[in-house]
Amino acid sequence: MSKDQALIFELSEPERISYSLPELDVPDIDLDEWLPEEFNRKTEPELPEVSELQLMRHYTALSKRNHGVDSGFYPLGSCTMKYNPKINEDVARYPGFAFVHPLQEEETVQGALEMMYNLQENLVAVTGMDEVTLQPAAGAHGEWTGLMMIRAYHEANGDFNRTKVIVPDSAHGTNPASATVAGFEAVTVKSNEKGLVDLEDLKRVVNHDTAALMLTNPNTLGLFEEQITEMATIIHDAGGKLYYDGANMNAIMGAARPGDMGFDVVHLNLHKTFTGPHGGGGPGSGPVGVKSDLIPYLPKPVLVKENDNYRFDYDRPQSIGRVKPYYGNFGINVRAYTYIRTMGPEGLKQVSENAVLNANYMMRRLQDAFVLPYEQHCKHEFVISGKKQKKLGVRTLDMAKRLLDFGYHPPTIYFPINVEECMMIEPTETESKETLDEFCDVLLQIAKEAEDNPEIVQEAPHTTVIGRLDETTAARKPILRYQKA
Amino acid sequence: MKHRYLPTTDQDRKEMLETIGVDSVQALFEDIPESIRFKGDLKVEKQLFEPELIRYMSKLASKNANTLENASFLGAGVYDHAIPSVVDHVIRRSEFYTAYTPYQPEISQGELQAIFEFQTMISELTGMDVANSSMYDGPTALAEAGLLSAGQTKKKKIVVSKTVHPEARAVIETYAKGQRLTVVEVDSSNGVTDLEKLKHEVDEHTACVMVQYPNFFGQLEPLPEIEKLVHEQKAMFVVSSNPLALGRLTPPGEMGADIVVGDCQPFGIPAQFGGPHCGYFAVTKKLMRKVPGRLIGQTTDDNGQRGFVLTLQAREQHIRRDKATSNICSNQALNALASSVAMSALGKKGVRKMAEQNIKKAHYAKARLEEAGVETVFNGVYFNEFVIKVNGPIKELNRKLLTKGIIGGYDLGRDYPELNNHMLVAVTENRTKAEIDLFVEEVGGAK
Repeated sequence: MSKDQALIFELSEPERISYSLPELDVPDIDLDEWLPEEFNRKTEPELPEVSELQLMRHYTALSKRNHGVDSGFYPLGSCTMKYNPKINEDVARYPGFAFVHPLQEEETVQGALEMMYNLQENLVAVTGMDEVTLQPAAGAHGEWTGLMMIRAYHEANGDFNRTKVIVPDSAHGTNPASATVAGFEAVTVKSNEKGLVDLEDLKRVVNHDTAALMLTNPNTLGLFEEQITEMATIIHDAGGKLYYDGANMNAIMGAARPGDMGFDVVHLNLHKTFTGPHGGGGPGSGPVGVKSDLIPYLPKPVLVKENDNYRFDYDRPQSIGRVKPYYGNFGINVRAYTYIRTMGPEGLKQVSENAVLNANYMMRRLQDAFVLPYEQHCKHEFVISGKKQKKLGVRTLDMAKRLLDFGYHPPTIYFPINVEECMMIEPTETESKETLDEFCDVLLQIAKEAEDNPEIVQEAPHTTVIGRLDETTAARKPILRYQKA
Repeated sequence: MKHRYLPTTDQDRKEMLETIGVDSVQALFEDIPESIRFKGDLKVEKQLFEPELIRYMSKLASKNANTLENASFLGAGVYDHAIPSVVDHVIRRSEFYTAYTPYQPEISQGELQAIFEFQTMISELTGMDVANSSMYDGPTALAEAGLLSAGQTKKKKIVVSKTVHPEARAVIETYAKGQRLTVVEVDSSNGVTDLEKLKHEVDEHTACVMVQYPNFFGQLEPLPEIEKLVHEQKAMFVVSSNPLALGRLTPPGEMGADIVVGDCQPFGIPAQFGGPHCGYFAVTKKLMRKVPGRLIGQTTDDNGQRGFVLTLQAREQHIRRDKATSNICSNQALNALASSVAMSALGKKGVRKMAEQNIKKAHYAKARLEEAGVETVFNGVYFNEFVIKVNGPIKELNRKLLTKGIIGGYDLGRDYPELNNHMLVAVTENRTKAEIDLFVEEVGGAK
């Protein structure tokens, strides 16, 4: 493969096009005359000019320089990089889903509304909540939406002093960031030696200013918070609400439901558990489910079913308002619904069982060569530490880069932040035992290389189209766009 | 149970359980306390096999009127534009759509470079120094621009023109509540922001002023005058812009905007009932380190070879946690790619030509409607939308139009009580002369 890849601007030659617009079929007007001087654009935007084949070759070349789930194993912890079913892609492109305007009269979009309604009901069933909104665009957006509802709930009770949201030290960065954007202050609760929330510390930080506790369960270490009901009692007794970050829902479908654990608000990442593809960073979809006492605060409009008709209800005086234009990332929701219908209730349960089996199997195969910080069974993902290898001068970053030489996407590294030199591995249920074995064999070989031949790991990757990049200069002297020489 | 997405066989399971040292998969779930273990059957709809599923989903889809079979005159923020066939062929390459955020640059150069190219195209169209890798959509990007302005100026008042998209204003309201900011809306006059009223509202407490260009009614706001007024009070000037329009109209970046946001839906992204679309966020160099979301930067590897990385990450939630510039994590990367492909396919000349055809076809439709005796309101310069007044409810007119294969325009009375029986009509390059003539005939006959 060629190492150098031109930018599309560097392929550009005047007059080339890869799309032919039909000629104008209405009487022409002179826009230089028609447009007032101040609106008449004079500098031309430098967009590329390429032929259709040049365009296809360019993007095909770029795609070859990219690793996706279809290219190979992608055990990126906390991201649930499972297989993205092809039927979902087909269905989302049906003209009646893809080419429908969100502001059409409701009577002309009953099929779209029915799909949304059914999806909401299915998500209610999986989470054990009372009602679901599909409006949030992604996980972080859902977190913020949920926290805004909790704030509205407290304020409606005249409770204006609940300013703090508690997050565990192992939490994803979006949790404290969402708390800030929703107008709260994030407070950290420590984990104990088992990797779970330290109940004593929780009791210490909870008080009358607690608005909510945000929790992922299983947590970001892949461990189930066994004392969740005690935690729920502590929070509820103090008048706070319990927020469930559904990033790890893939572990427990059909085994446990956040609604039964005492959670008041839940968001789901449909691009994770429910196979909406990750798209190189998005779009995602982050529906939020709530218990009945929070229903009045759901974003508006709320979808309602009357007899066999569906309509949006805008008359929601206590709603937090809109969090997104229109009704959410509908195209991703179509994919998620297609997936749910492909699996059915028993299928979804099996998904979680297999995801957990795969993770535990890998954890046991790797535990001797690395440091396993927490001994108990994991759920859908687990964390190992490269502390041993660090003593030999090989960092976890080096081992991650070495994995690239074998065609794997590395696990999430250096997250969660409470485990030194960590690697967070999430195989998902869609991987075969053979793939898990091959990956474990390679990682064990890398651990051995760290002892026998550390340079090969420290200098990795050796086979990729590009070597390790100078990120310091990238940040110090940012070049964020192409400029013609 | 065998399923095509689940490769684990009974034999695999047996061997894996042996390695783990447990007798059953259930043993792996024993840490879930008995009291909260789920024992029933999930009340999820039953499994459908593929042929049945295709029939069912096709049936649901066919209950919706679509804009391929009907001629759409509905815009109001979401438009029916030509989507070059190459767009879907590129974004269906699974190396793109089955990847995630490019955390490992060595095996993500394709995505990183494509988004670097996207950032460049947005900078070019908007006339701004820097654009990010995308936001959820135009309205949330606008709301984030409000938060950035408040953070930067340490002021708490956001002034928004009522000619900004009503749903965008609703989103801004919610975000502002989160940060305890005040939002003040300014009335319009003859379809554009009322400058006298705006002047009255912009003061030393103002973090920013937000306008839309072209605005919700399709009209062009007097950006130079507004800019003067805003910067005199040291507030930030935020403009929400349809990027296609900027192919022909002077970009906000050349008229003193500090932040330009909008939605790339007009470039290669189908309406899909409102999402996912693709927000963009562009700023002056001065604000580069305050931008929300991901930024891609160019750099080199050890051999001096050019490559691309996620950069200036110290702004982001995974590093800064509660001190981050935004909580955004997932963005709309695949749609940013779609828009890049569409812009590249149309090319420099094609984008300009498409923008021009929008103006010309809207101009034709408006003139024909006037000839037919339909009342048009507002007399300023417009892009591809304008407002008409009819006798009677828009909903009824739209119902009638649909029987002729036309999806009618937006009922402005939904958001502006004073504009009851007013329709916002969008005419894109996709509307043929014959379709426009039919629309005129039907609306003219109903007036």
